[in-house]
Amino acid sequence: MEFSQQQHYSPQTPAQASVSRVMLNVILALIPGIAVYIHYFGWGVLVNIVLASLFALLAEGLVLAIRRRPVVTTLMDGSALLTGILLALALPSHTAWWVIAVGIIFAIIIAKQLYGGLGLNPFNPAMTGYVVLLISFPLEMTRWNPPLELAEQSMNLLEALRYSFTGSLPQRMDIDMISLATPLDLVRGRLDMGFNLSVIRSEYSIFSNLSGKGTELINIAFLAGGLWLLYRRLIDWRIPAALLLSMLLISAIFWLINPEFHLSPVFHMFAGATMLGAFFIATDPVTASTTPVGRLIFGAGCGLLIYIIRSWGGYPDGVAFAVLLMNLSAPLIDHFSQPRITGYRERKS
Amino acid sequence: MSKLYKFPGGIKLPGHKAISTSQPIHKAPIPDRLFVPLRQHIGSAAECIVEKGQRVLKGQMIGRVSDYVAAPVHAPSSGTVIDIQKFPAAHASSLPSDVIIIEPDGKDEWMQRQPIADITELDKSELRNMIRFAGIVGLGGAAFPTFIKLNPAGHQISKLILNGAECEPYISCDDMLMRERPHEIVDGAKIMRHALNAEQVIIAIEDNKPEAIAALDALADGYDWLLVQAIPVIYPTGGERQLIKVLTGKDVPSQGLPLDLGMVVSNVATAAAVHHAIDLQQPLISRIITVTGSGVRSPQNFEALIGTPMSDLIELAGGYTDDADRLVVGGPMMGITLKTDVTPVVKASNCLLVQTPADHAGEAIIRPCIRCGECVKVCPVKLLPQQLYWYSQAKYHDDLQSHNLFDCIECGCCTVVCPSHIPLVQYFRFGKSEIWKKQQETLKADRARERSEAKTLRLERIKAEKKAQHAARAKKTAAGAGRKKEIEAAVARTKAKKAGDAGSAENATDNA
Repeated sequence: MEFSQQQHYSPQTPAQASVSRVMLNVILALIPGIAVYIHYFGWGVLVNIVLASLFALLAEGLVLAIRRRPVVTTLMDGSALLTGILLALALPSHTAWWVIAVGIIFAIIIAKQLYGGLGLNPFNPAMTGYVVLLISFPLEMTRWNPPLELAEQSMNLLEALRYSFTGSLPQRMDIDMISLATPLDLVRGRLDMGFNLSVIRSEYSIFSNLSGKGTELINIAFLAGGLWLLYRRLIDWRIPAALLLSMLLISAIFWLINPEFHLSPVFHMFAGATMLGAFFIATDPVTASTTPVGRLIFGAGCGLLIYIIRSWGGYPDGVAFAVLLMNLSAPLIDHFSQPRITGYRERKS
Repeated sequence: MSKLYKFPGGIKLPGHKAISTSQPIHKAPIPDRLFVPLRQHIGSAAECIVEKGQRVLKGQMIGRVSDYVAAPVHAPSSGTVIDIQKFPAAHASSLPSDVIIIEPDGKDEWMQRQPIADITELDKSELRNMIRFAGIVGLGGAAFPTFIKLNPAGHQISKLILNGAECEPYISCDDMLMRERPHEIVDGAKIMRHALNAEQVIIAIEDNKPEAIAALDALADGYDWLLVQAIPVIYPTGGERQLIKVLTGKDVPSQGLPLDLGMVVSNVATAAAVHHAIDLQQPLISRIITVTGSGVRSPQNFEALIGTPMSDLIELAGGYTDDADRLVVGGPMMGITLKTDVTPVVKASNCLLVQTPADHAGEAIIRPCIRCGECVKVCPVKLLPQQLYWYSQAKYHDDLQSHNLFDCIECGCCTVVCPSHIPLVQYFRFGKSEIWKKQQETLKADRARERSEAKTLRLERIKAEKKAQHAARAKKTAAGAGRKKEIEAAVARTKAKKAGDAGSAENATDNA
């Protein structure tokens, strides 16, 4: 009997994993965090996610069509969708549609497709998009609404949609109700003015036992999703472990030196985008280090930079900048962290 | 039982072994035609020593060797040589190689044999020669001539490891051999141990083969130098270096051999073949081969003559199923796809795997590398496959070598776990062959340049020599001319002497 004249190469086994499945699982793992986020910060979060996802798929599809690549098959890899969701999660809960669109255009078209698409982008697309927005539209990007339990008024789904597209608030609300500072913002601002932490904590009701109201639970939910990803072995433990550990260490050092002027390690763990960053953003394999030791260095570098930017940098949270800076260093880290190969005495560099 | 170690990486694979172990080893009948390739091993091809029309006896040498790394081939049955021609080989290239075609006469008449009474009385190099001329090569798949491995080359051999791991899915020929003919392996082990002067022989078997372990254990009790060691099931634990790591915790040096650690690894089936060659004086003319997979109706093991067409074995195993779409020689991890089943069984053929579309589903969609690093986790050599892939694509040969491409054992673990379904190993094979090609070309260019430089030098030297000769001759001529003048001067002086002045004439004669 004659068989196909096409050459096939070993191994010839059924596929075990697929990129689409990995991306889908990462998106699934985000769901608890997203649910808690929506619960505390309102329907605007969902509007952001839906818009960002749609824009992301459109932008990616458009560029793929121009590049004459298979559109549907490539969109099925789920990476554009994930980028959209991650960017949406970084935005304030009520963000204008055009801000989201600009962010997505930068994330998908410039940071990803112009470099060649999935696997070839040197920088985390979602974080690139976010940083562009943060620098370009500081006003829009710092308008946070209070967590549910502190809010006098909140928007329903329709109102959130209308606000996103028209910028008009329901009559019972004014702009001050959705332009508050986050806990990290507050601490930075007040510490700079010379207040100590006990004073700041007593002044504002936004703080909770661990960090800020709502924020702490969102972080716990993202932590849970991240642990599930680790359990499913869909992400490597090294980056999140090194990131959280280095943050814990450096924040503990400063906190022990002066607890009145430095936030506690626990606060840092559960404030801002710590858990989202540790498990879902820094772990983006395309832009992170790939060697085992390199991943530890990469994670630790992210953790240190997040702390440094939060404490002394120009922005209240530092996850995006920290990740991008470490993306920049990843090739160098990889070069110097090649594992010792079996059968060699010395590490080869 | 001794302490076991772990090698880095590796993967757990579904075994699919039971489908071919429910029936005993069947002896495949002598086929209508035997196709015996002259190259069935690593090294140079054997040289045909029979002619068309010649009658050959079973076991008669029909291809001889002159090079060191080579193995002779023998007639698998008695009959007539009907042709010697090119035939597609069971090799990735499917390139044709010289094949001796024998029409068996059905008598299966042996050549004359003289079994040896006591091997311990044999000189060790003579023993190795007998193994060499019996055409024994490694039966695990690599087909390296066994007599070379049995030469300790000055090393003290502490362990001879007989590899019965059989870690590739589907293959069960070693398992069945160990179950049914354990004494052949132990008898072969005795001979190999003697040749190597090895202190200990370890038969290593993955612990998913309890019947094989029990069969060999029962025999091992009689020998204090023989240890039957069960090892955990993980692919590729049957790789030479991985097996040594598991059993001893030692790493074979990258450029070295197990011999450097005082060890030799050989397949269990090779030991049985050594037993046949020495104790029974039967050269390597048959082997056990697994015919299996979801594409064949009755999977089982056959003892088939070398040269039996694969299509005959498929027939014996009930034929193809309707959805059979791919024929693989070897296992699914490292096997080679054949384009036709009109290919003979050779010494290295351990398994004939017939696949259906479901067995290789998902191959089609190849996505970009997302650098997830799954391949790094499973690499038993601790390479960075994702970097090697990058460099292979870019043809960065220097980076490929500095990232140790040549340490890749091509086990296929990285490809199996790749979520983007990138055929990584194929890229690495290609990268290796590109670099080899380039090295060959550099070598050729270097030689050509050296030759050209040598020629220039030689021409210059000849030129210089000629010049020197000319100069010497010219000097000589000049000297001759001088002498003429002196003679003339002398004559003049003589004439002058005749005129009277005797003293000055004497001086002139001295100067001449």
